[in-house]
This record gives sequence, C-alpha cells and structure tokens, in this order.
Amino acid sequence: MASTKAIRKTNGERLFDTFNIVLLLGLVLITLYPLLYVLFASFSEPSELVRFRGLLFKPLGWSTAAYKAVFLNPNILTGYRNTLFYMVMGTTLNMVLTCLGAYALSRRNVLFKLPITLFILFTLFFNGGLIPTYLLVARTLSWIDTPWAVIVPTAISTWNLLVLKTAFEQVPQALEEAARIDGANDFTILWRIVIPLSLPAIAVIVLFYAVAHWNAYFSALIYLRDRGLYPLQLILREILIANQTGDMTTGTLGGDVEPIAETIKYATIVVATVPILFLYPFLQRYFVKGVLIGAVKE
Amino acid sequence: MAIAQPITGLNKATNRSRSTFWQRVAKDFRRNKYIYLMLAPVVAYYLLFHYVPMYGAQIAFRDFVPSKGIWGSEWIGWENFTDFFQGIYFFRLVRNTFAINALDVIFGFPAPIILALLLNEITAGWFKRIVQTITYMPHFISLVVLVGMVIDFLSRDGLFNNVLALMGIDPIPYLQMPGLYWPIYVGSGIWQSIGWGSIIYLAAIAGIDPSLYEAARVDGASRLQQLRHITLPGMAATIIILLILRLGAIMNVGYEKTILLYNPLLYETADVISSYTFRKGILDANYGFSAAVGLFNSAINLVLLWGANWISRRQSESSLF
Repeated sequence: MASTKAIRKTNGERLFDTFNIVLLLGLVLITLYPLLYVLFASFSEPSELVRFRGLLFKPLGWSTAAYKAVFLNPNILTGYRNTLFYMVMGTTLNMVLTCLGAYALSRRNVLFKLPITLFILFTLFFNGGLIPTYLLVARTLSWIDTPWAVIVPTAISTWNLLVLKTAFEQVPQALEEAARIDGANDFTILWRIVIPLSLPAIAVIVLFYAVAHWNAYFSALIYLRDRGLYPLQLILREILIANQTGDMTTGTLGGDVEPIAETIKYATIVVATVPILFLYPFLQRYFVKGVLIGAVKE
Repeated sequence: MAIAQPITGLNKATNRSRSTFWQRVAKDFRRNKYIYLMLAPVVAYYLLFHYVPMYGAQIAFRDFVPSKGIWGSEWIGWENFTDFFQGIYFFRLVRNTFAINALDVIFGFPAPIILALLLNEITAGWFKRIVQTITYMPHFISLVVLVGMVIDFLSRDGLFNNVLALMGIDPIPYLQMPGLYWPIYVGSGIWQSIGWGSIIYLAAIAGIDPSLYEAARVDGASRLQQLRHITLPGMAATIIILLILRLGAIMNVGYEKTILLYNPLLYETADVISSYTFRKGILDANYGFSAAVGLFNSAINLVLLWGANWISRRQSESSLF
C-alpha cells in the first residue's frame, strides 16, 4: 500500500500555485467582465451612461427603457420568431439527414460504404467556393427570399455526421442481429434500438446544430432581401454594426436620440444572448461530452 | 462445404463460388436496400451542395455572364487568375490572410494548451469547474454579438477609451487604425476560443496513465519535471494533429468575422482573400473573377493541408491520413 502521507510542497511550488490561481482568476475576470459590463449598461439610465467615464460595476441608476424599446421593436420580435423557426426546422432537417447517414455508414457489410464515406470526407478538404454555391442557390434554385436558402445548404455538418457515426458504431452488434432475427428492418433498428441507445450523443448533436442555427447570420445576409424573413442575428448586425437604432428611439426630444441608442445596443445583446448563456451551464456537460466523443475516436 | 451455386458455378480449384462483381452488388442491394435508401438523400445533399458547386467553379475560367449560363459564357482560361495575381490587391490580401493566421497560430494555438496545463495543476475541483464553466461561455456568443461588443468597446465613447479618459489620455480611434486590426482580430478570437479549446487538451491529459505520475513522484520528480516528461509527451499526439489541422488552414481566414469587423478604412490590413471574394462576387457581382479568387484559396488550402500532413507523417507517427 502506498504511503498516504502528504508530500510537502516546495516554496517554489507554492509560489507557482498562487501565481496559477491569480492567473486563472484574471482569465475569469477578463472573460466575465465584458459580459457583465453589457448587462449593467443595459439596465442603466441612458443619459448617465453617455456621460460616464470608466468601468461599470453596477448599472448607473436603473432603467428598463432600453428593454422596453427592444421588446416593442417589431424587427426584433420578427427576428426572434424567424430564428426560432429556422432553428426548429433546420435542426429537424439536420437530425433526420445526419441520423440516416450516420446509421447507414455505421453498419457493417455495406459494399459501397468506403466509396461513399470518402465521397463525403473529401468535401471537408475542398469545396467549390462561395460564389459557385451562391449562384447555385440564388440563380439555379431561385431560393432568394425563401427559408430553404437558410436551412438546406447547411443541412449536414460532416463533423457531426462523423461523431454520430462513431456513436452509432458503439451499439452492440448482437442487438442488431437479434432484432433482425425478429424481423426488424433497418429503419426499425435505427429508430428503436440505435437511437435510444445513443441518446447522449444525439442530444449533443442536436445542441450543436441548434446553437449553430441560433448564431447563424451569413446565409441570411446573402440570400434574404425581405426583412420580414431576417433572423435575429441579422437584425442585431444592423443595430450593433451597421448602427441603425434610429427606428427604435422613442424620445420625442432631439436630445434623447443618442442616449437611448447606447443602452438599446446593450439590451439587444442581452436579449439575443441570454437564452443561450442561460441554458448553457445546464447543458455544458453534454456539449463537452460531444467534443470528446468526436475527438477520442478509436 | 456447401456453397450457394451462382450461375457461373463453382471454381473447382479454390472450391469457392465465383460470383461476378455485379452479382455481389445485387446481393448487397437486396440485403441493404434500406441502408442505401437512407443514404440516398444524404448523398444527394452532398452532390447538390458540395459537388455541383465544384463543377460550377469552372466559371473561374470563363467570362461568366449569368444570363448566358455556364456553357454560354466564353472560356478565357487563366485570365481571371492572372488579373488577380497581377492586381494591386493581391500582395496585401495574401499577406493579410497569412499574417492573421500566423499570429493566431503563434498566440492562439498555445493559449488553450497552457490553460489546460494550468487547470490541470489545480487541486480544488470546484475552482477548476468554475473557471471552466466561465471560460467556455464566450464560445457560444454569436459572431455578430462578439464583433458588436468589440466595436462598441473600442468606439470613441467605448469602454477602452472611457478608461483612458479616466487617466487623462485622449481617446484612440482603434477601429480606424489598420495597425491595430490584427491584434484586435486575433485577440478577440482568443478571448472567444481559449476556454472551449482547452477541453480537448484536458481530455488528452486525462487520458494519461496516472501510474506514470505516481512512479515519477516516487522517483522524486518535481511537478515541473512531471510536466516535461509525462504530461507534455502524453499530449503530444493530440497537439500535433491539431497543429496540422491548424497549419493546413493557414491561408484560410473566414469571411464571416472579417466582414463584420472591418470597414473600408481598415482594408489595408483587414481585407483577406475570402472577404475580397465576398465583396467582388456577392456585392459587385463580378462572378468569374471572384470564383477564381475563391478557387485559388481552396486549392492553396488543399495543398497546404496535404503538405502539413505529409510533414507530420515524416516527423512523428501521427497524421490525419
């Protein structure tokens, strides 16, 4: 039995440990502070925020005017609705195709498995480029101003497909054979055996796809002209980057226009990011697991 | 041994049934018909959205006019490419693309590794978990929000200039200074990815046999020595593979973040090959030319990835393919 006496740390090691903790705390601070700043600023009195110099440690005054403006903004509400729609439809399509593909490629004794796998893998290393894809979607398929342009071109993420394939391969073959003897076909096996036994992996992939949809903006940017179809991120882009909070200011006095714009920006950031950041600690375990499944392959 | 007798009969020499390729295909299709049914939409997707654009990339060699279609547009060979190579922007685009990536590899690649190593030295599980949870968060912030925050904090009345004002320093127009763009781009990227990136290295560390550490401790090794002789070698395989992937993408700077963060004043250092492709192609509708630029970028990336993998295979046992 190994001795359980604690090994004394040298002074050098103690110094390092302190240094380490300080460093990590510093990282936590740098990570957290910008987010806190945004949060505090969003609840601040607009006029005070404009005058303020320095770091915020709490909201300046208290005002929910920015949030009122945000929630009353029809663009934001439409953006939210559209994003939810794209996310649900998109993730459904993603999961159907990815599960079908992952299952099919995880089975043994499929003659064309290797050529098809290579066919898919090659796309990870080479692609035609932005312009040919754009021309395909916009001109050949005429999908401008349709939800398909946002959902379908990214229907399968090869990386997610590979992760799910690996997970499906872990299901014991004996179960599949037993099911076949009982007369099950591949669809039944997929739906009733493989998927239920791979729920952690499935959950992770669903989350990855969903978050990707939530954060996506580029396809919408190039394929959508109708603002009624814009996802939330595109509206955010207008507000945060192209600086167009003009139609959200509610002040009747000319002097109110600038101040409200600032806090509105912060409020929209909070409103767009809170759903993810809020759910995220609960789901963190699954996300991390997903990365590991994908990375630690046999 | 009884063997099914196909039409071609039994090969008397080997005693095996001599089925043709097509007979095996037929048998495979009969047994796996649902598998292939499942694969059909998947293959169709890749065919349509990945391979058709590869075919369409040939417009890089044509004077593409949309109304004439691909075949109707005149073939001009390498002209689009030479226009690009001889253009005034070629050097700066290549330089910017390379520089941003190089900086990201030099500063951004080691960062998650160092974080993983530091976290590994923490004994208090609760502290480790808190640090991890918090540092993973920025990964989930969308690019639009990230860039929005960066732009806001660096603006004239933004956080950074506010702090400077407290110290009596005049505001600095960060986002109008090309010289600052690279650190801003790379730095914000590290902020967003250092936590999430450390996951994979922590997993690699966790995969190291604990008895190695015990043996080292018994032999009197310091923690630093344990790091050098056990931890780092244990992570080597993971680090090398990820480094290959990273280097193979050294000419690959995405347009998504660039387009959000840059403005015309910054083009000198901010414009990269992919954002140039975007502007010329989507905004200016100069399809043939921008397809050539994009194709050039894809081809370079492929060559570099192949090269990085080859080098790795020569140097160590790890490689992608």
